[in-house]
Amino acid sequence: MTSVKIIPKKEDTTIKNTTEKKDTKTGKKSTEQSNTIVLPGDILVESIDFLTGHGTYREGKKIYSKILGILRKKEHVISVIPLSGTYQPKPRDFIIGEVAYVGYSNWRVDFGHPNSATLPMSGVPEFIENGADLSKYYKRGDLLFAPIESVTKNMIIQISMKDKRARKLFGGKIINISPSKVPRVIGKEGTMIAQIKNKTGCIINVSQNGRIWIKGDNEPLATRTIKMVEKLSHKKGLTETISQYLDEEVKKMGTPKSKDTEKQ
Amino acid sequence: MASNVPEKYKTLIKNNKRIDGRKLDELRPVKIEVGVVPSADGSAYIEIGNTKVLVAVHGPKEMFPRHMINEDRAVLNVRYAMLPFSTSERVRPGPSRRSNEISKVTRHALESVIFLEEFPAMGIDLTLDIIQADAGTRATAITAASVALAHAGIPMKGLVAATAIGKINDKLAVDLNGPEDNFGQTDMPIAMISTNKNITLLQMDGDFTKEEFKTSLEMAKKAIDPLFEAQRAALQKYYE
Repeated sequence: MTSVKIIPKKEDTTIKNTTEKKDTKTGKKSTEQSNTIVLPGDILVESIDFLTGHGTYREGKKIYSKILGILRKKEHVISVIPLSGTYQPKPRDFIIGEVAYVGYSNWRVDFGHPNSATLPMSGVPEFIENGADLSKYYKRGDLLFAPIESVTKNMIIQISMKDKRARKLFGGKIINISPSKVPRVIGKEGTMIAQIKNKTGCIINVSQNGRIWIKGDNEPLATRTIKMVEKLSHKKGLTETISQYLDEEVKKMGTPKSKDTEKQ
Repeated sequence: MASNVPEKYKTLIKNNKRIDGRKLDELRPVKIEVGVVPSADGSAYIEIGNTKVLVAVHGPKEMFPRHMINEDRAVLNVRYAMLPFSTSERVRPGPSRRSNEISKVTRHALESVIFLEEFPAMGIDLTLDIIQADAGTRATAITAASVALAHAGIPMKGLVAATAIGKINDKLAVDLNGPEDNFGQTDMPIAMISTNKNITLLQMDGDFTKEEFKTSLEMAKKAIDPLFEAQRAALQKYYE
């Protein structure tokens, strides 16, 4: 049983934040920032020179954290990156969903959210004649990788297939991770996912709703690696640890695997 | 009431110490653990003295039952239950007058801190299971519930913690235990928000004079700080 007297409170957290501010001004050490875990109700800053970003709210001069997460300061915007939580759709997010219903003029796509998304006829790059059978294009059970176009306040979600990166997914396998860990799997400017793609040779599509589509020979290794990133997401210097892990694993299975692929 | 008090509980305070050796303004030992229910979106297990509570949060998700839906905001669904083995006498499972009331006051205590308007037409399910009851179950449950909600990533104004102030042998005391609650005079659970110490729950069983009530509020404000610290420590430890 831990006794009651533990860890300093409020005053100390504000001090932590101010020391961090100095860091960003002088040394610009972004890695130093990534370890401060803030709780709902923590005072992040006490000044009107800052703007409230994601996961924060303002009351008077003070900006508070709204969620449990990691503190980030970018110029004048303060935000908190969540460590947990369900996915909330935003415009321009890519999602992976399954066509659940083919309607007269639209498709309904289920992407693991209480409200399913709608793909209207106008959201498809091809011209579709009025009254055509829509299941010719996408039928029930097809997997789509598409961006969200709009989200209304009443949670009417529209997606579009007109984007360059949007496509129907054939084969492969889908794994689920916690949506809040997606940014970590992608990494800073896509470094993490790029290295997993390169070292395993798989095609990987990461969607913001926590579904990841993997296709390729090294699919089990890619799955393991992504699960590992999810598990260690709050650790420092993760890109390097993952890089080492991948190198070792590829070395272990490297020679027989390549022969196999040659035979095929 | 005084007639059927057992002999050993007739004097609950001796030399300014209570039957379990605590001072009047001292809480019972607190232990909080986060992430104990893997299938839930957020969960917490708490022990305050001999009171043990398991809390799980599911959501925000599709609202069920559908007719309870609110198009502008999420609905917080609280279910408080004393498990059959939680007390010395078997508790009949299923909703009762008492558990319905506590579910309702707990909902009110937490609703005011959650940004429910961010999840229109959705539901957040909160289950509070009392594994072992030794007074102060609602306060303990609220303390754990806000930890579980934070773990579930639900946006909140701050954490909520709760404790009880009571009157035993005509003296005010913090965080009553089982015998003190049963054979004492008054029990008053109080829940507060961590940011500004606003009160989100205040109930009273028994009576206080006006002065006693005022001092007990002050006592609660001081006594509740270690609970916020324990909540913070538990959440930070989970992510270390």
